[in-house]
Amino acid sequence: MNIHEYQAKALLEKFGVPVPKGAAAKTPEEFINALTELPEGPTMVKSQIHAGGRGKGTFTDGYKGGVKFCKTKAEAKEVASRMLGNTLVTVQTGPAGRKVQTVYFTVASDIKKEYYLAILLDRVASRPVIVASTEGGVEIEKVAHETPEKIFKVVVDPAYGLADFQVRELVTRLGFSGAEAKNASKLIRSLYSMYWETDAAMVEVNPLISTPTGEVLALDAKVSFDDNSLFRHPEIVALRDLNEEDPKEVEASKHSLNYIALDGNIACLVNGAGLAMSTMDIIKHFGGSPANFLDVGGGATRSQVVAAFKIILGDANVKGIFVNIFGGIMDCNVIATGIVEAVREVGLKLPLVVRLEGNNVDAGKATLASSGLTIVSGDSMADAAQKIVKLVGKAA
Amino acid sequence: MAILVTPESRILVQGITGDFGGRHAKLSLDYGTKVVAGVTPGKGGQFFEHGPHRVPIFNSVAAASRETGATVSAIFVPPPFAADAILECADAGLDLAVAITEGIPVRDMVRVKRAIAEKTMRLIGPNCPGVVTPGTGEKSFGGCRIGIAPGYIHKKGRVGVVSRSGTLTYEAVYQLTVLGIGQSTCVGIGGDPVNGTSHLDVIRMFNDDPETVGIVMIGEIGGNAEVEAARWIKANCKKPVAGFIAGATAPAGRRMGHAGAIVGGAEDTAAAKIAVFAECGIEVAVTPSDMAAALIRAAKARGVALS
Repeated sequence: MNIHEYQAKALLEKFGVPVPKGAAAKTPEEFINALTELPEGPTMVKSQIHAGGRGKGTFTDGYKGGVKFCKTKAEAKEVASRMLGNTLVTVQTGPAGRKVQTVYFTVASDIKKEYYLAILLDRVASRPVIVASTEGGVEIEKVAHETPEKIFKVVVDPAYGLADFQVRELVTRLGFSGAEAKNASKLIRSLYSMYWETDAAMVEVNPLISTPTGEVLALDAKVSFDDNSLFRHPEIVALRDLNEEDPKEVEASKHSLNYIALDGNIACLVNGAGLAMSTMDIIKHFGGSPANFLDVGGGATRSQVVAAFKIILGDANVKGIFVNIFGGIMDCNVIATGIVEAVREVGLKLPLVVRLEGNNVDAGKATLASSGLTIVSGDSMADAAQKIVKLVGKAA
Repeated sequence: MAILVTPESRILVQGITGDFGGRHAKLSLDYGTKVVAGVTPGKGGQFFEHGPHRVPIFNSVAAASRETGATVSAIFVPPPFAADAILECADAGLDLAVAITEGIPVRDMVRVKRAIAEKTMRLIGPNCPGVVTPGTGEKSFGGCRIGIAPGYIHKKGRVGVVSRSGTLTYEAVYQLTVLGIGQSTCVGIGGDPVNGTSHLDVIRMFNDDPETVGIVMIGEIGGNAEVEAARWIKANCKKPVAGFIAGATAPAGRRMGHAGAIVGGAEDTAAAKIAVFAECGIEVAVTPSDMAAALIRAAKARGVALS
């Protein structure tokens, strides 16, 4: 689960990580209150969407820059009114962009130097890793590619937590000394506590900055959480912004379906994540284009199948449906009956290819064949994929 | 011989009184697996009854193991309590714990993995379909089934299957069985980013197992476990290996069902992993329908008889 920058900053502050003073606003009326909390002087205005590349983004009305520096609070108010309600397109949003529903004002800090700091899971070590670099404010992927020697990593032993010597090593390699080093050490410890205690998947501060007065601050923050841990963090769940999620994905999660929208025209309905992924792959392999990832889980019930069909059909791009079920424990006939009922209930008009395999498959196929519905049966995944690609190709 | 478990292995089920654990304990008993104990704290002294079977329930793994000789646990407890269930197995000195539970917090698994590193117990999973060593009976009955895989699709034989995904494992096993090719052991290592046993761990076991003559390795996007295994295979494995990677069409940065299936960088894409497979002499299945056929190609090239 992702959260906005302004929410991340509030969490950081709660754990003792210094951030520039800021305030968020969701309506033009709130601009005045938010700005009153900040001192007069240089102010940053930042569009709040769950995507990176905001600064270099362009709004759909042609206005440039989702993050702007303003000399005065009055100017910040003007800029914010251009951003709020406007749709921002960045390298990460796709061409449709995201509507800005919150703007965040912060004090514009004096920057002495920019750094990079992140904490995430090192999958090889199965331990948390702190990644730091003297090159901040730029894409870390670019640094990793061009000057990998400028990136340092410290792997934390979960039995002992972040050790003092590791903090000293990070601070030294980042080149901090004196009061700055003391402040940076405190910040790194606080950031690690936040990562660990909130079950974060990733905490990224880019840039981390030092100021001419010796302060060390998190100027930007991107935080995501481990979905598996949300059950024990109601305070994090409360930060979820459904506006930032595809409405079809939100609906799917209500039915315990795992759905991800893609931009193709062949919808997939599959049991199991691995099979669902490879169903998308096989559609592509035979020249088609998958419209979604959809895993109905191991025990797909009739009501889940109906909900899945409704979600799939909510996507106007969909021109055909491929149902791929390996009924291991489940009876294929039960699944086939569910499909027939779902097709009748939603009044499906699009081509549908069903590939069933496993337990009691012959009865399942017979149910599909005798339903009176135009359901095309596929023998193997490859056969079924070729059939749906051909049917959709014809319809287009 | 098979790996990890044999039809003689004595199994306990943690969470046997829950819907999920109970249902699959029954299927394992029907398959002929020696399910000898259940563990549910507070329900010790009761019995889990199924047909002719009367499986004693204990309050702790230690007691269940001591009283029944169980050395392997199948874990079906809900995510908030699953990490504790794994630690309990390690503490009781079991040989193997197979964690079926999906949705265990990553932080819990980071701590568990650290804690069991010094123990002799092996962990398979979590978020996995389990382990099956097929038996000699009709439809492979009489084998050892731990977890949630459909037992009847298996056939006793000489091919090892290792996978992160449940349904893709069944797909591969089914393709092999239909072609008359049996399996030594099928291992689902699970779809989570932190798991107990890697592709490489299982490949090493298959390589050392005299009964296994060929291997199917099924992976997906995210992490570098498949790449690590492929490099080891190139240097050390003499047996034919077929490989498949799911997720070629997955968009970067999105979690594709499995918590571990997320493309983080250029190295963990399907294309990158497939390229490494080919470079390491692994026969790549071009589609999931091609997994058994790919192994047959690999075996033919090396003159190995799979059945």
